[in-house]
Amino acid sequence: MSDTTTNESAKPTRFEPPVSEASQPFWDATREERFLIQWCTACDQVVFYPRENCPSCLGTSFEWKQASGKGTVYASSVQHRAANPLMANRVPYVVAMVELEEGIRIMSNVIDCAPDDVVVGQAVQLTWEPLSDGRNLPQFSPLQEG
Amino acid sequence: MQVNGLRGRAAIVGVVDAASPTGELELTGRALEVDMISKALDDAGLTIADVDGVTHTSSSMMLAEHLGIHPTFTDSTSTGGSSFEVHVEHAAAAIAAGLCEVVIGVYASTPRSDRKRPRGGAGRGGPPGGMGASPMAEWEMPYGLQAPKGAYALSASRHMAQYGTTSEQLAQIAVSTREWATMNPEARFQDPITIQDVLDSPMQASPLHLLDCCLVTDGAGAFVMTTAERAKDLKKPPVYVLGAGTCHDHMMISQMPDFGTTPGVQSGKKAFGLAGVKPGDVDLLMGYDSFTITALLHLEDLGFCEKGEGGPFVEDGKIGPGGSLPMNTNGGGLSYTHPGMYGMFLITEATKQLRGECGPRQVEGAEIAVAHGSGMVLSCMSTIVLGTEASL
Repeated sequence: MSDTTTNESAKPTRFEPPVSEASQPFWDATREERFLIQWCTACDQVVFYPRENCPSCLGTSFEWKQASGKGTVYASSVQHRAANPLMANRVPYVVAMVELEEGIRIMSNVIDCAPDDVVVGQAVQLTWEPLSDGRNLPQFSPLQEG
Repeated sequence: MQVNGLRGRAAIVGVVDAASPTGELELTGRALEVDMISKALDDAGLTIADVDGVTHTSSSMMLAEHLGIHPTFTDSTSTGGSSFEVHVEHAAAAIAAGLCEVVIGVYASTPRSDRKRPRGGAGRGGPPGGMGASPMAEWEMPYGLQAPKGAYALSASRHMAQYGTTSEQLAQIAVSTREWATMNPEARFQDPITIQDVLDSPMQASPLHLLDCCLVTDGAGAFVMTTAERAKDLKKPPVYVLGAGTCHDHMMISQMPDFGTTPGVQSGKKAFGLAGVKPGDVDLLMGYDSFTITALLHLEDLGFCEKGEGGPFVEDGKIGPGGSLPMNTNGGGLSYTHPGMYGMFLITEATKQLRGECGPRQVEGAEIAVAHGSGMVLSCMSTIVLGTEASL
């Protein structure tokens, strides 16, 4: 999904995240399918979700580092009812907390497998789902060997 | 006996709550709140003219204006379901510090009957999707986690993977709680259930089944608190605040530091410390049961058992009638009532139990009770230790 033109007529197929000032670099990078993590340069701590101050030292100086995209399922739940009407055609689907190699934990979906097969501790890798405005939403699928 | 600024300085002197087997109440909104306040004041032998402190989860100022009173203590703290434990904590501290003498707290919510009202009624909640740019909209809502049950499901999945907790053990909590509900004529559900019933009920957000989840009912309640001195001369035996503690360690579930441990560890330690009591001294635990996993986490985090041992701990039914740790004797949020923010009912039932007013479900000789509220998604825990005159 490296198409840079925005398809204005595209309709959202799920709730699409708003963009805050602090997270603009994150969402911009998703257009190129890159997952950036905010890093505090003062105390060398990873920060997630992106924000104006480092929650460890309250610092305001950051850099962005690209994540490897590899992670582990920390917690997982199969949704047997849709959280909102846009999700209805995906039921049952997996919502999971994924722990990335870089030490942050994010909420996402685990796809490309039977929902009941997803287990805590399982290795997963980053993949993307296109959003209607050209951004991409992080998703995860079981890690393919080799 | 530990001496501090809180222990035994304030007392709950009036309580009331309302719910019904139909799940619905006649009144709604402010009218229901005022009905509760009047009945709680009457229970205490006080009138609205005595009140100089007001607590409320949205606006203590609007409530005071409606009541026509001019309080010198006001508190609109909202931490979700644990708000009422926080209100008791703050009121006890304010009374002990001399800021005020008589404080009221109230709650009314009618989500069930609101479904029949033309414009959504006067109950909780705003329009769906009313949330603008927020961390929750940005980092959680796109993924379709059912709110709030999906958050508790994630915690349960983690607890199971980490400690070997089983669905049968979680189900036992629902079964024991329903046993209590068979003795509460106001409970929404009063028929006994089995572990198999829970496991056979529809899966909502794995690993939580329908019967692992709380009800959606109308419900309301109120409390009145005053100084230990003034409490002695009122209608009912005083129920003293022995200790209190609150802690929150996240707001959104995705930011919970450890999905298998709540900030009840900290709130409980503070409350038990101020009260000078240990878990073994507790005769009754009223522990917020929005879901079976919620109740299980309280047992571990408050120190009634070791971390990870909550499953085996409940297996023999010890939290049910006749067990060594009576828990949620009104039938809880799982079987009595759950109007959205359940914490008020922890306080009303604990108070009634310590006064010996609970009829067939009375815990004999109860002297010390704990009301432990959980707010938002396991986010804010607030622990209140209550005791009779004999416990002082």
